[in-house]
Amino acid sequence: MPQFEYAPAPESRELASIQASYRLFIGGEFVDPTDGDVGKTVNPATEEVLAEVAEAGAADVDAAVRAARTAYEQVWGPMPGSERAKYLFRIARLIAERSRELAVLESLDNGKPIRESRDVDLPQVAAYFFYYAGWADKLPYAGFGPQPQPLGVAGQVIPWNFPLLMLAWKIAPALACGNTVVLKPAETTPLTALRFAEICQQADLPPGVVNIVTGAGETGAALVGHPGVDKLAFTGSTEVGKQIARRVAGTRKRLTLELGGKAANIVFDDAPVDQAVEGIVNGIFFNQGQVCCAGSRLLVQESVAEPLLAALRRRMATLRVGDPLDKNTDVGAVNSAAQLARITELAQAGAAEGAQPWSPPCQLPERGFWFAPTIFTGVTQAHRIAREEIFGPVLSVLTFRTPAEAVEKANNTPYGLSAGIWSEKGSRILSVADQLRAGVVWANTFNRFDPTSPFGGYRESGYGREGGRHGLEAYLAH
Amino acid sequence: MTATAAPLAEVAGSQTALRAFLHGLPGVDQVGAEQRAAGLATRSIKTTAKAWALDLAVRMIDLTTLEGADTPGKVRALCAKAQRPDPTDPTCPPVAAVCVYPALVPVAADALAGSGVHVASVATAFPAGQSPLPGRLTETAEAVAAGADEIDMVINRGAFLAGRYLEVYEEIAAVKQACGEAHLKVILETGELVTYDNVRRAAWLAILAGADVVKTSTGKVQPAATLPVTMVLLEAVRDARDVTGRQVGVKAAGGIRSAKDAIRYLVLVNEVAGAEWLDPAWFRFGASTLLNDLLMQRQRLATGHYSGPDYVTLD
Repeated sequence: MPQFEYAPAPESRELASIQASYRLFIGGEFVDPTDGDVGKTVNPATEEVLAEVAEAGAADVDAAVRAARTAYEQVWGPMPGSERAKYLFRIARLIAERSRELAVLESLDNGKPIRESRDVDLPQVAAYFFYYAGWADKLPYAGFGPQPQPLGVAGQVIPWNFPLLMLAWKIAPALACGNTVVLKPAETTPLTALRFAEICQQADLPPGVVNIVTGAGETGAALVGHPGVDKLAFTGSTEVGKQIARRVAGTRKRLTLELGGKAANIVFDDAPVDQAVEGIVNGIFFNQGQVCCAGSRLLVQESVAEPLLAALRRRMATLRVGDPLDKNTDVGAVNSAAQLARITELAQAGAAEGAQPWSPPCQLPERGFWFAPTIFTGVTQAHRIAREEIFGPVLSVLTFRTPAEAVEKANNTPYGLSAGIWSEKGSRILSVADQLRAGVVWANTFNRFDPTSPFGGYRESGYGREGGRHGLEAYLAH
Repeated sequence: MTATAAPLAEVAGSQTALRAFLHGLPGVDQVGAEQRAAGLATRSIKTTAKAWALDLAVRMIDLTTLEGADTPGKVRALCAKAQRPDPTDPTCPPVAAVCVYPALVPVAADALAGSGVHVASVATAFPAGQSPLPGRLTETAEAVAAGADEIDMVINRGAFLAGRYLEVYEEIAAVKQACGEAHLKVILETGELVTYDNVRRAAWLAILAGADVVKTSTGKVQPAATLPVTMVLLEAVRDARDVTGRQVGVKAAGGIRSAKDAIRYLVLVNEVAGAEWLDPAWFRFGASTLLNDLLMQRQRLATGHYSGPDYVTLD
């Protein structure tokens, strides 16, 4: 049998020039930390240290919040929306122009395949800025009162799975509404946020409107606890989200949380099989499964389970795992050693509890943090892998017999971020979607994002909505 | 795939059974199918993989002339090119077949004798298929008798779109019989079937009726071959082999002009149907202008720079 061996097609890493060390971005300038420490960020695919990055201490966070306050009171808050829009459009265009450089940097720092950072992340990042730039001068028509006002200084803490995209989801609506921001990127993926700071300088954004404080949990805690912050937005784990909610309770600070998920991807017997298989793959192996809305529980109708799983295994055998900078790579590296350990621990629990793991034959690189795409069959609701968020390329397969049972099982989770339905029957899609307690329900597709569409969860998946007109509400007083 | 339950022999027993089978096939979601095809088209094929793919694509070409103005001279010229596509490079492989109208089959058979290049002929009232069946069968039998070892037939799209599936089935089966030893490629003319659901049904219908290859288009109707349509055909032959055990080929015809496009199709073959189909016996291109671009790309890989249209032969 002939073999079509795709020769390596690596994207040049020279595009993403990385400095040896990075400082904090406060008041429009890169500054040395005053009381902070220094951390390192590594390339998850090779474990090579990419750069040293400052860790902001309490005094640095205070300086950033003060800079944001000054900018809010003196420049950004009073500025007409039409003027703010110009800055946002400029930033959006700069992101689009520099998208190749940003995509390479994102893949280096995060481990995600360049295919995804180039074809999904960066186009989306630019789209969110373009979209919210369009709202900046139309806020009175957004449905939140005739004269909605900004809240002030927004403290924003974002995760490592989509570093630049989460930055866009947070910063674009905040700035469009007239707020200024202090943003803390995740400690494992700070590089694109710092490059974004350069873009702010390039766009002549007034100093202090955007401040980036890098660092780990302590930096985040300092930001959350700072009395000068009017609004907090957090995307990350449910555990940390709960801590933040406790801390903020009783203060005047507003809070939105985008937390974990354990989405059900429901495949009915009349589903378009080949597209459902694609949707399952995209649902759980996109970004190595490190997606809060990942379709990590496959609920498949028992009558078609066998052929569907056969088709899924065949499809998984064509997934290419390896160098994230190779343009043909489908599945890249897991973001960190800690995350790899968590995925491994939960996968072992799945096997120990009696579910059957299966992975396609694939050669994992020797260095770096890698986990082969895996499915577990024979999973029941009682298994840990059916209940806990794994946040990795691990799919739990459950079966159901009737639409009512599918809905019951899908809803039987503490989370409620997203869900998927696969069926050729429109009436069934509508009735099932109505009954699912999830913020986003995709029909015959999965993991699709659009700036015009709100995103957010139920229950332990958090509260508040990002994206769309709804996303403005979190940053407006009315 | 879920339709495996019905014993396939009985499926063609009645219009009702055949209809139930074809409409029981899993649907194709248009948006998802097009997205998947577009995703596969972003594969980056370089250096050694590209050299291999270019040669394979040359070997998969059905070099075709289907004009009212075709003459023996034109066909002989095409046959010469089919055997030695690049006169400056003896390492260049020959194409798979030369495809002509039935009247010119003797010329092609004579010119290609002993070369290993197949003689293909479009029969069955190409390209419309709208003429009485006895005439179409005669045309087929005569083309085979004159030396064609591959027959490209068009299906009766009118009957298919009217839902007369059994009629289409019986016509394909009759042509297959008239073919004797010759390979039968069944042209679905997917541009006229319009929906991917129709394409999948027509592909299964042809496979059940005995087609050796399912083919997208005549090249006379737009849109002709597209990546998503070819993907649906590849899925059909892959699923059909799982069910019936019989492997059927696919031919993408019409509108494929550049080497880049051809390589995209090969990626599709590789990742959708599987590596078993990466062979001229199981996948073909019906494209004539494609050959020259493949040759220019081969020359570029060999020399490091682009030549031009005058460095490859006209036909």
